[in-house]
Amino acid sequence: MPARKLFKFMPLFFYSLVFIMALPAQAGDKALLRLATTTSTENSGLLQHLLPAFERDTGIRVHTIAVGTGKALRMGRDGDVDVVLVHAPAAEQAFVEAGYGIERHDVMYNDFILVGPAADPASVKQSQSASDALARIANNACIFISRGDDSGTNKKELKLWSNAAIKPKGNWYREAGQGMGKVLQMAGELSSYTLTDRGTWLAYRSKSPLQLVYQGDPALFNPYGIIAVNPARFPDINHAGAQALINWITSPPGQRLIGNYTIGGTQSFTPSANSGQFALGREPASQAH
Amino acid sequence: MDTLNNATFEAIQLLASGDSELWNIIGISFKVSTTAILIATPPSLLLAFLLAYGNFPGRRLLISVFSTLLSIPAVVVGLTLYLILSRQGPLGDLKLLFTQSAMVLGQIVLCVPILVAMCHSALQAADRRAWETARTLGAGPARAVVTVMHEVRFGLFAALLAAYGRIIAEVGASMMLGGNILNATRNIPTAIALETSKGEFSQGIALGIVLLILAFILNGLLHYFQGKGRFAT
Repeated sequence: MPARKLFKFMPLFFYSLVFIMALPAQAGDKALLRLATTTSTENSGLLQHLLPAFERDTGIRVHTIAVGTGKALRMGRDGDVDVVLVHAPAAEQAFVEAGYGIERHDVMYNDFILVGPAADPASVKQSQSASDALARIANNACIFISRGDDSGTNKKELKLWSNAAIKPKGNWYREAGQGMGKVLQMAGELSSYTLTDRGTWLAYRSKSPLQLVYQGDPALFNPYGIIAVNPARFPDINHAGAQALINWITSPPGQRLIGNYTIGGTQSFTPSANSGQFALGREPASQAH
Repeated sequence: MDTLNNATFEAIQLLASGDSELWNIIGISFKVSTTAILIATPPSLLLAFLLAYGNFPGRRLLISVFSTLLSIPAVVVGLTLYLILSRQGPLGDLKLLFTQSAMVLGQIVLCVPILVAMCHSALQAADRRAWETARTLGAGPARAVVTVMHEVRFGLFAALLAAYGRIIAEVGASMMLGGNILNATRNIPTAIALETSKGEFSQGIALGIVLLILAFILNGLLHYFQGKGRFAT
């Protein structure tokens, strides 16, 4: 009876499995680095462009966990990752000041843009500023999809609303609680407006019925910083690996790779390490696009 | 409809092309879920057996608890284990978070209630005389357990299949505990979630079809194992 045989061998199966499971325990693997980063760097394809080169140069394998900025910083705070690459300068500053991370390094920037339906019912295309653009959307009660997930993009969006002195509330303002790509899809399906980082937009543009409706306000600047998790709090994290990634990504070769990453022929991130031009909390006067 | 057609075509193409990334994802899915079910099954069977034939205080309560756990959302399992396995949690020193072992743990927690509840009801349906006869004929307790299990093997296989089906397809716990890391903890369901969020719908559907095809093959194999199985006994 095959079934009976199966039962007989069950314990054998079980114990050999436990044995096998115990073998590949990888605790303390110094060649493994955990990077928590935002969905924008992953979904835009930038990391797949950068990390293989880093792994080749240093022999360090990188495990990337792509989540919203809020969650990425939380993982860093809890010591569940070794290094974070995120885009929310104020939150990053607080992270470093609280001693969760040791130092923030500029890596690159791109910018946020407003996208919306081609018909542009709120005439956002004629806006004079980002605040003006949001006011037009709010006044016309056109649907606006918010990330609503405490991500860097979400934090930026909320800051823009408060800059414009508007409380985004009502049936037109919808919090999705999803990643950038999902929100762009939703905005496309609902013919509505949303704020997106340029990198993700470039990656989705060809699949989206939406159009770019507003760009260029300095308030839409989107800087990315990298921070090593504080080894004083977690002595056994891979701090050497984190430092190696920081050194590499801010070095000329790493920065060159960022600069030459294009999506559909358009550069999506501008390297900014060590330029001194985009220090924390200071935004550039203007940006050419 | 176009998307669906394209997806089906793409799925077949993907499988046939031997795309290494895809096969990696499939491998991770099956490795994690198979490990989980193999570890979870023996203790679950034992527990189900005790619940069906034992007589101890709290037995009925335990049965209710396991039936209730059938409806626990995978995300809740994921979140609870996440907090336990995180550096800040009680088991943080094991550094299991974002590894396949963490995913295995999550899936064990998910499938144990199904195994216990379904095996329990299968065993309960067995004729108590099977046990008594086996014992009278001189079988030791272990041997008698095997005899009874053989009596209700179809119910037990159904439990196994249902449990495997739940964990191979669940995304919530795997996403939280594994972190969806390419070539390490990205399995079929989390890959589908990722492709969907990236707007690669056909890729997502293709992966779904892959999962179904492989599940079908697995079911076929188990069915074969199970024997001809109409009116056995």
